[in-house]
Amino acid sequence: MTFFADTAGIMLVLPFLAFLLIMAVGKRMRRQGAELAIGALAINTVWATVLFVQNMTEGVLAKTTFEIARIGSDLVFELGWVVDGLSIMMFFLVNVVGLLVFVYAVGYMQGDVRVPWFFAAFSLFVGSMLLLVGAPNLIQLIIGWEGVGLASYLLIGFYWEDLDNVRAGNKAFLVNKVADVGLLLGAIIVALAVGSFDFQAINLAAAEHMEALSSVAVVGGLLLFLGAMGKSAQFPFHIWLPDAMAGPTPVSALMHAATMVTAGIYLMARTFPLFQNLAEEVRPWMVAIGAITLFAMGLLALVADDIKKVLAYSTVAQLGYMMTAVAAGGYTAGVFHLFTHAFFKALLFLGAGSVIHAVHSNNMSDMGGLRKDMPITYWTFVVGSLSLAGIIPLAGFWSKDEILATLGHEGYTAVMWIAIAGAFVTAFYMTRAVALTFHGTYKGHGHPHESPRVMTVPLILLAIPSAIAGLLSIPGVSLPGIGNFSEWLAVREVVMGDHHAEVIQWALAGSGILAALAGIALGWVIFGKDRETQQQRDAFGVPILYPLLRNKYYMDDLANGVVGATMGPVARFVNWTNTYIIDALVNSVALLTKGLGAFVYGILDQRGVDGAVHGLSAAADGAGSALRKMQTGRVQQYAASFVGGVLALIIVFVFVT
Amino acid sequence: MLLNQFLILAAALFALGIYGLLVRRNLVLILLSVELMLNAVNINLIAFESVLRSELAVGQVFSIFVITVAAAEVGIGLAIVIMIFRNRRSANVDDLSLMRW
Repeated sequence: MTFFADTAGIMLVLPFLAFLLIMAVGKRMRRQGAELAIGALAINTVWATVLFVQNMTEGVLAKTTFEIARIGSDLVFELGWVVDGLSIMMFFLVNVVGLLVFVYAVGYMQGDVRVPWFFAAFSLFVGSMLLLVGAPNLIQLIIGWEGVGLASYLLIGFYWEDLDNVRAGNKAFLVNKVADVGLLLGAIIVALAVGSFDFQAINLAAAEHMEALSSVAVVGGLLLFLGAMGKSAQFPFHIWLPDAMAGPTPVSALMHAATMVTAGIYLMARTFPLFQNLAEEVRPWMVAIGAITLFAMGLLALVADDIKKVLAYSTVAQLGYMMTAVAAGGYTAGVFHLFTHAFFKALLFLGAGSVIHAVHSNNMSDMGGLRKDMPITYWTFVVGSLSLAGIIPLAGFWSKDEILATLGHEGYTAVMWIAIAGAFVTAFYMTRAVALTFHGTYKGHGHPHESPRVMTVPLILLAIPSAIAGLLSIPGVSLPGIGNFSEWLAVREVVMGDHHAEVIQWALAGSGILAALAGIALGWVIFGKDRETQQQRDAFGVPILYPLLRNKYYMDDLANGVVGATMGPVARFVNWTNTYIIDALVNSVALLTKGLGAFVYGILDQRGVDGAVHGLSAAADGAGSALRKMQTGRVQQYAASFVGGVLALIIVFVFVT
Repeated sequence: MLLNQFLILAAALFALGIYGLLVRRNLVLILLSVELMLNAVNINLIAFESVLRSELAVGQVFSIFVITVAAAEVGIGLAIVIMIFRNRRSANVDDLSLMRW
């Protein structure tokens, strides 16, 4: 049964096909192209699900590549697809979550502007992500990587009539570009050392501690990590992600769950042996970055008023968990958190979108008391929140516990405690979000209604895996006949060699749960009571900390300041050079040209060419005037001259010849 | 041979025709002068033919051609003169200098 693995490339092609078709005929279709996008993803989902199940039972490992070009004699540029535990998991995730989000978007985007363009760009987004996760080599990964960046730029700036949204799109694109330089350089360094862009070759070389690769592994690994930091919004590159909320909510859901931000984690997991075996020195730094991200960014979610920003900071924090885990050596732990997080974060975003759709505002100060009006949204949101907070036995608990266990096992005890504190913060801000949105009294305008079924069904379908996906990876438990998540994920060409806990460490798990419960309790105490105004409800007024958080640690200001301080003098110098040197040069050339032009015009053209033309015409004019006088109109004069002429001829003929 | 006398007569008639053509102001008289010139040519043709006696009688045939063309020319010419006289109440060539430029 290798049919599905051999034809997995169809998943990489269909969304692009849908993109082109929607651009061509989407406007004339009844649902404005949504059926094409959904159809493409539905077929994809069939493929991904079959592969997922096949991988559960027997393990699927295949690679199909087509040579496109050769660089020199031995560097080959290939396109194709790789099918193994990691890519199958990602295929499944992207397609299933993508399909549900697409269906949801049909309801959410109804009556909105540019619907065909939305679905076209959305298909492009998913297609690029699939191209990325199916990449057998670094080049195809970079192609997909940039495609994802482009599509996200287009979608973040979807409502481009508002300049802020355009700026948000630009910011996302530019921040990512800075990090992409790292990816590009890292890819080149690693590929030149190994002699191949192929992941299999790179990972095998890393597993065998290949000499050439060892010498550049630290630099190459750091550069690749820089790329991953940009895409996965790690501190300090996180600044683009909250602004990326400017796009329509389904975009945020997909971007934060399955596509885009997971790409960085995926890259780390894909090249895991490189970091695991060769880049020992830099791993603590990566863990530190992840730890800063997971804790500091979680705090920011505490003060945001925009519900989507709460979720956005939450995503950044959760990406910090994943990055910490992968960097610490927990390949399965990090990817499993990616897996569960995709479900409950998509669920939370779609739930937030459902609320926004009903309330027509992003701000929680306009919400409250929606529990009764929107029961389905409420209960699914609660499931997602509890899962995110890490309450047993929901999905988030198991993946977070696995990360904690990995950190403990690898000796990052301090980071482990930070992660537990992060779990407390997570529970705290999710409780705040739930309380402010669904409890208390309604603060907004109009009367909110539950969203249509096309939006609530995806919510319910996402709530199920958000609740139970964790059961796929209970430490030490192998499900009968199909094993467990870490076994599926270990279907790679190289042994990953990461640690798996064999039994649940109840002390650790208990600490996590206690932290989460404490967070929920504190959150409920502070935000649970209904207050008149939002300022009163948002009673989290700790001095120093509160303004610090409200201003996002002044990161944006810092970035602006750094750029302003360093770029200002440079810009002034460049301006001076421009004014006094380049301009002078240009001006003298211009003067020279002007003189030459005057000479050519005045002497050559006016006197020479025009003089000749005018002289000719004057001559013709004079001749005409002179000859005109012969035309008297008197017939007898003509006759006389005729006779005179004849006489002259006669004289000539008779007397001369 | 009487050739010389004929040629002298023809030359005299031709000169008379040219004179009339150049000095007369009346269109009808100018046309008459043209007829004189044509007939001078006819006399020439007949005179040479009577001396040379060509096999196909070219001189006589050509003189008949000239008479035919002259008849046609006079027909058209007189018609034009009548039209001009009707339009301009005059048959004086000095009044008919519009045909320039």
